[in-house]
This record gives sequence, structure tokens and C-alpha cells, in this order.
Amino acid sequence: MTSPEPILSINDVSLVFGGVRALSDVSFSVQKGELFSIIGPNGAGKTSMLNCISGRYHPTTGGVHFKGQNVTGMKPNARAELGIGRTFQNLALFGHMSVLDNIMVGRHHLLKNNFFTGALYWFSGAQNEELEHRKFCEDVIDFLEISHIRKATAGTLSYGLRKRVELARAVALRPDLILLDEPMAGMNLEEKEDMARFIIDLNEEWGMTVVMIEHDMGVVMDISSRVMVLDFGRKIAAGLPAEVMANAHVKKAYLGEEDDEDDSVSGKVA
Amino acid sequence: MAGFSMRPCGDFRTSYRQDTRIFDTTFVRYAAVCGVVATALMPFVLDGYYVNLFIQISYFAIAALGLNILVGFTGQISLGHAAFFGFGAFASAWINTHTGIPVLLSIPLAGLLTAAVGLLFGLPAARIKGLYLAIATLAAQFILEDFFARADWFTGGSSGAAANPINVFGYEVLDDFSFFYVCLFFLVIMYVLGSNLMRSRDGRAFVAVRDHYLSAEIMGINLTKYRLLSFAVSSFYAGIGGAIYGHYLGYVSAEGFTILLSIQFLGMIIIGGLGSVKGALMGTVFMVLLPEVMETGVSALSVFDWANSTAVTDGLAYIKEMAIGLAIILFLIFEPDGLSHRWQQIRAYWKLYPFSY
Repeated sequence: MTSPEPILSINDVSLVFGGVRALSDVSFSVQKGELFSIIGPNGAGKTSMLNCISGRYHPTTGGVHFKGQNVTGMKPNARAELGIGRTFQNLALFGHMSVLDNIMVGRHHLLKNNFFTGALYWFSGAQNEELEHRKFCEDVIDFLEISHIRKATAGTLSYGLRKRVELARAVALRPDLILLDEPMAGMNLEEKEDMARFIIDLNEEWGMTVVMIEHDMGVVMDISSRVMVLDFGRKIAAGLPAEVMANAHVKKAYLGEEDDEDDSVSGKVA
Repeated sequence: MAGFSMRPCGDFRTSYRQDTRIFDTTFVRYAAVCGVVATALMPFVLDGYYVNLFIQISYFAIAALGLNILVGFTGQISLGHAAFFGFGAFASAWINTHTGIPVLLSIPLAGLLTAAVGLLFGLPAARIKGLYLAIATLAAQFILEDFFARADWFTGGSSGAAANPINVFGYEVLDDFSFFYVCLFFLVIMYVLGSNLMRSRDGRAFVAVRDHYLSAEIMGINLTKYRLLSFAVSSFYAGIGGAIYGHYLGYVSAEGFTILLSIQFLGMIIIGGLGSVKGALMGTVFMVLLPEVMETGVSALSVFDWANSTAVTDGLAYIKEMAIGLAIILFLIFEPDGLSHRWQQIRAYWKLYPFSY
């Protein structure tokens, strides 16, 4: 954590909806190549934090810097072009498109053809360009092991597969920073293991910096390089997984344990 | 998965190029080419009545495809499509009469001009959606209708505007027989362009905006740009269709482009299948042919004595109108996904016949 320039830095971000403070003065930074997890109880502001980074929400106060550039006021599509990709907690695929087309949408900002050259297809080079990017999408499809469903309509897939297609779509953006909102929610053990493997590969082989929200403590502690804990919109702890686990505030807020050691010693149910 | 079960035996794809074709199997591709050739031979075999029907289908189908790009693919709504259709008709007539640009060029120019007008009236789409947008486009319908009635310099006001016949390399297209080929040319070109658009970047962006605009934005798609672009492309098609219509009739008057026609355009794409290029064509064929079929049915009744009494002949006119309405309602109930979806199912059925599993 001594490298000079963090890829993402959040400075005193607060987010207020009417009388609700979703986030209060949260600051943290993520180094290039990190696998950074955000945890916390429901309603702690984790997804709000992710929305501030991806541009869905604009922080009430504070700033978001990505690759040294202030992106606080930027629209989501401009941030995608800068290299921020994300997946959603509640699936947000393009339901009527095929899996392949969903992933090709991820290439949007990298494709050059437009409505005019696209309509002229064979004569404008649009075809060659499309096919070139198709190759990259096929690499993503192979990597995420979804080649058997590439022509299926996204809306008809099972939950676990949809999550995987959503990840594929975000990977197709070729982002430098990928935000994952509960990538393993609602999955069985085997699917979780697959997903954990994909996330590690993305981080290590594809060189993407990952910011992830996840409730499965086992996964978070196993694969994260650093963890931050939010509670009621405040950052209550951050550090290496082991440090965070040992933190008394975290135990109280998130794992629901009593402060008093005697309770657990005497076996009393809190 | 449907994509796989539809593949005939032995028709393999070995490159991505083959995988992105407009017509997904060799057979369908040849069938489509044969269909166009057969249509081109049609005027030699069939009489002027059918040729006239085809011409009607062509210009409406071009405009309907435009509306389908807006409504079916991008998920917006427009109740002003007939006004854009009319604007294209007036614009082409005006360009040709006042600048002397040949009609074949003035038609695309009219399309571009209509696209600009559509962009202007599509501006509310940058901020509003759904029913509110429908009302905003309704305003476009009425403003343009009023403009047609008042702008004497452009439309000839209440007396209308004359549109010159199409002139192809010095040859004047005056009769239906030759106009048929002009229509076929534009129809094929516009549908090929539309299909290409839908399999490239911006076409996917349209559908992405329709299916989930929040995640489309996260994927780097500029929502405002694509919502407006969709209006422009849609109006371009309407303008081309309208221009052909104008030059076919030789005379454009403001009365033809009412909200009723706008609703009919919506009917065409809903019946044909929202979000399907061929659905726009199928729906137009249906909507144009349905009254004709009804007419034939009604005149077939006249062999009976009771059908020739005044009361019945008067009533039949209404019954015909009502039957058209009924057919549309039945369609919406039993085939909500449109003719193109039914077509897919028929294809799947025959592909698997007689083993339906």
C-alpha cells in the first residue's frame, strides 16, 4: 500500500437523499491490481458507494478520482469509456438480446462504426470491425465457460448463468477497474467456487483491479487483498482481511457478536 | 437455444462471418433472393390491381420499419409518425420543384430533412419516457398538420402540392408498371440497410436502451444520443416512405396525414412484431391486404339476394370496418408477439416435423 498513485480514490464522499444519509464522509483508495472488498450489513451504503463510483449517483459532497482524474460529475457512459465496468446486484441484462449480443454491447465504446457505416455494413468496414470484436467476445465467453449458451436469449437463463453473463458483459468493456455488486448472491457452493475462480483470474491474469461487494465472508476473507467495512454509511474499518476480522467494531456491527467476552465463554445465547 | 434447433442438418457455420448473416441459413437466404426475383416478375403476370397494392405496401412498409426502429427496437413511442411521413412527401415535392434536383435524389434528401425534423420533435425524448413521450409526439402530429395547412410556400396550403413523376435517366416513370420497380428498389435497399443497422453497434445500442437503460448507460451508451438518434433514423424512413408516396400520387395534400394514419402505422408494427425488421413488412402486408380481403369477401356475398337489399349493403360497409377492428383485436389476444413470431414457430414446426421433440 505504498505505491504512489492509487487507481481509485474516494475523498470524503457523502451522499444524502432528503433526510437520509446513505454515506457519511467515506474515504478510501484502491491501488492498481488490488482485489478490494466492501462489506457491511444491509443498508450500510455499499451499493450507494458503488453507484457513486460508476456514476449512477453523484455524491452530495466529496470527490471521486479515477486514474488521477476527477470523475465526480461525469456521466456513467463517460466513465465506462475511461475504464470503469460494473455488474449489478439485481440482474440487469438486456433480456431480449442473445448472450452474445449482450456481451457485444460491452464493446460499444471500443467499436468505431456508427448508424451510417453500420447500415452500409459490407462497404464501410463495419463488418470486419464487428467480426474482430466478436473474436474478443468469444475469448471472454470461453474464459467464463458460457459457450454453450452464447445464442440463448439472456432473459431465459437461470440465475447463476445470468450472473455470469453479466460478468462477461462487464469484462468485454476491458475495464481497468471492475465493480462487482454481490457477484455470488443466490448461488450454490459450486457456482460460488467458479465465480471466485473467475474473479481471481480477472484480477491476476487479466490485470483488472476489482472492487467487490459480497456477503459471503468465507469468499471475502479468502480472495480479497483488502477489506473495508461500512455501517450506517460510515467506514468503520479497513485493512487486511485478518485485521478486519479481528476488529471489535466489525464484530459488533456486522457479525452481530456481543462485546462482552463472558457471554460466549459461558455459552449464553445472546 | 432456439438458434440451434433451427439449424438444418449439415448446414454448418465455420466462421463468424457466416454467423452474423442477415438470413441465418443457406436455404432462407436463397429463398429470400428468389422471393425478390419472383416479386420483380410479378407485374408481368398479375394485373394492375395487385401492382398497385404492392406499391402501397412498399411505401408504408418503409415508413413502418422506421417506426419499428423507434418503438420496437428502442422502446420509445411515437404518435406522430404520419406527420413525418407527410413531411417527407411535401419535402421531396418541394425540393424537386424548387431546386430542380431529380426526384431520385430528392427522395433521400427529403428523408434527411425529415430526419432533422424528427430530431427536433424527438428532443423531449431526452427527458421523458412512456405515456408522457406519447403525448409529446402527439404534439408533433398536430403541429406538423397545422404547418402543412398554413405553410403555403412549402405545401401549397389547403390546395396541396404537385409532385413530379420520377425521372430515371431521362425516362419518366408514369405508369404503375415502372413505378413498381422504383418501389421494389427502395424497399429492398431500406430493408437491407435496416437489417445491417440492427446487427451492428448502434442497432445493439438501441435494443440495449430499450431493455435496460440503466445498465446501457453503465456499458458506455449515451442515452440521450441514442434516444434522439432513434427518432432521426425513424423519421428518415418515414420521410423516404412519404416521398415515394407523394411522387406516386403526383399530388400531396395535407388531409392524408392524420393521427389515424399514425395509429395505423402503430397497428402495422404491433401486428407484424415489435422489434423485428421483417415484422414491419409482414404487418404492413397484413394491414394493407386486410381491407382488400374483406372487400372481396363482402362482394362475394352479393350472389345472395338478401345481400343486395339497401339495408344490408349500407350495413356491410360498417361491418367491413368492424371486421378489420376485430381482426386486429383477435391478433393482439392470440398473437401478441406478432406475425414474425408466428412465422418463427411455423418454421420450427416444419423443421422438426413429424417429430415434434
